[in-house]
Amino acid sequence: MKKIIAMFVLCAILFTVMAGMTGCSDKVVLNVYNWGEYIDESLIDKFEDETGLKVNYKTYDTNETLLAKLESGGGSYDVVFPSDYAIAEMIKLDLLQPINFNNVPNFQYIDDRFKNMDYDPDNLYSVPYFWGTIGILYNKDMVSDPVDTWDILWNEDYAGKILMKKDVRDAMGIALKKLGYSMNSTNDDELEEAKQILVEQKSLINGYYGDEIKDMIANGDAAMGVTYSGDFMDLYWDEEADYSYIGYGIPKEGTNLWFDAMVIPKNSEHKTEAEMFINFMLDPDNAFQNSNEVGYTTPNVVALQMIREDSPEVFELPAYWPDEDAVALSEVYIDLGEYKTIYNEIWMEVRIE
Amino acid sequence: MRRRMKLLAYPYTFWMAVFVIVPLMLVFLYSITKGDIHNFSSLEFSLDSYKRVAEPLYLKVIGNSFFLALISTVFCFLLGYPVAMIIARTDQKFRNKLLMFIIIPMWMNFLLRTYAWMAILSPNGVLNRFLATIGLTPLEIMPGQIAVLIGMVYNFLPFMILPIYTVLVKIDRSLLEAADDLGANKVKTFFRVIFPLSIPGVVSGITMVFMPAVSTFVISGLLGGGKTPLIGDLIEQQFMSDRNWHFGSSLSIILMVMILISMAVMSRMDRNSDKKGSSA
Repeated sequence: MKKIIAMFVLCAILFTVMAGMTGCSDKVVLNVYNWGEYIDESLIDKFEDETGLKVNYKTYDTNETLLAKLESGGGSYDVVFPSDYAIAEMIKLDLLQPINFNNVPNFQYIDDRFKNMDYDPDNLYSVPYFWGTIGILYNKDMVSDPVDTWDILWNEDYAGKILMKKDVRDAMGIALKKLGYSMNSTNDDELEEAKQILVEQKSLINGYYGDEIKDMIANGDAAMGVTYSGDFMDLYWDEEADYSYIGYGIPKEGTNLWFDAMVIPKNSEHKTEAEMFINFMLDPDNAFQNSNEVGYTTPNVVALQMIREDSPEVFELPAYWPDEDAVALSEVYIDLGEYKTIYNEIWMEVRIE
Repeated sequence: MRRRMKLLAYPYTFWMAVFVIVPLMLVFLYSITKGDIHNFSSLEFSLDSYKRVAEPLYLKVIGNSFFLALISTVFCFLLGYPVAMIIARTDQKFRNKLLMFIIIPMWMNFLLRTYAWMAILSPNGVLNRFLATIGLTPLEIMPGQIAVLIGMVYNFLPFMILPIYTVLVKIDRSLLEAADDLGANKVKTFFRVIFPLSIPGVVSGITMVFMPAVSTFVISGLLGGGKTPLIGDLIEQQFMSDRNWHFGSSLSIILMVMILISMAVMSRMDRNSDKKGSSA
């Protein structure tokens, strides 16, 4: 009996200590969970000053991490920044709550092109934050051919100097696009063809990598690699080193257009405050400052106009402002539903083959 | 007094129950079921994920992981034993300093050290630039199995050296003198006295290297260019990107069982050597 009491007391102490650590202040604490290096952190201070709220800012590195966290119910987040297909999946899994747009008047500044996207058709849950493409980051000294087609990733002249993205959707999407199919194909024959060319490509590439691609290209370890447009922008904006030998090409076959958007998870306890935060980020001045600091393209029309006046040269860069034709042929990833498993299996087979 | 000691064990028992036993049970549960992982009532008994592990594709990955882990354990042993012996033989004044050289790199994060190897071995990395300046042809090590092996041996070597050293340093000098008195030369002394006495250290060294080596996923991803995934990569992918917890769990269970079997084999060897030691 004594043992049980001791155990009970111990648990009680543990729980009070833990509860005390989180709830020691009566200020509302807003939990914001974002990609790494994806916000101008001085804006967080500004938001805290303006509203008197406290922001607890944390970062993650993949949509899958975020999904896994939300799905397992671990942690309570108020604003998170998933990408298009992840938003679709979160909506399907009922992990998000609808945003009350009356509290987000600044939504009017969002480009109409980026409202009601396929991942959130009635635009109930999400507000676009940044958008961009995937493309080919290359070293101008090592690549003599024009980088305007996915075929170059299969070009034997560059054997051993090609880096492929270690991501099922990107790898499969590129192979499908090269073959002239949709990046969201659910046709078994097309997927089989895509698998074949990925297996063929395997002997030509240096390897499959994630975030390392940017550094490896900048370091001259490889001639070209598949990355996000933002990776190029990071190098472009770098003030400490000269990366003018690095280029970024978007294939004429079209590519993936990605969107990261702000959403409010279902288990958020501070919905109104979360909406205040979203509205704050949409304020043209703040969006301008944020886009300037992070380097990605903002969907905020007024902020974009400010950037056009401030630094018109970035609109010449395909990484910042892809040309209309490429955009027209590009696709946003959609949630594959049942086919997700098939994509994963094909990708696994390609990698083990 | 005794009761108080028991009381002190409660936090640990609590900790073990919540963070070791419960998760293990969950992994086991997920491995033998299918259905929605967040809704226990929807789980149905199924061995589908184990069947999937048995597909040749995945057996190949498991085989490859064990092979690489084995090779790196052998290398760690071949490199680590002499080092442990040198340190154990060194004068006490310098011994701790030598040990520091082994331990200090371990203060740095494991991921960081692997990135450092990437910077050294990559096609345009430190090593190849150096070779180019002295007029030699660059090596194509990374990405590849050799680079993965280098990364593994580097990262796990201290786990081989330290337990062997601990055993060697405790060997009673008078035993060596006795061997010498009885006319054994150095080679004979090593194989008949020192090595048998150091077996417990060797066994724990091998276990401590083999276990992390067989389940690693960062090293093969970075230094191997992700072209030959290991079982650790497979498990990571199931939980992080594919979110197929059932398949991930059965892979983990298989890995755990295999590690347990290898540990059992090792400890049997250990016990046999004990028996031999006492009967001799």
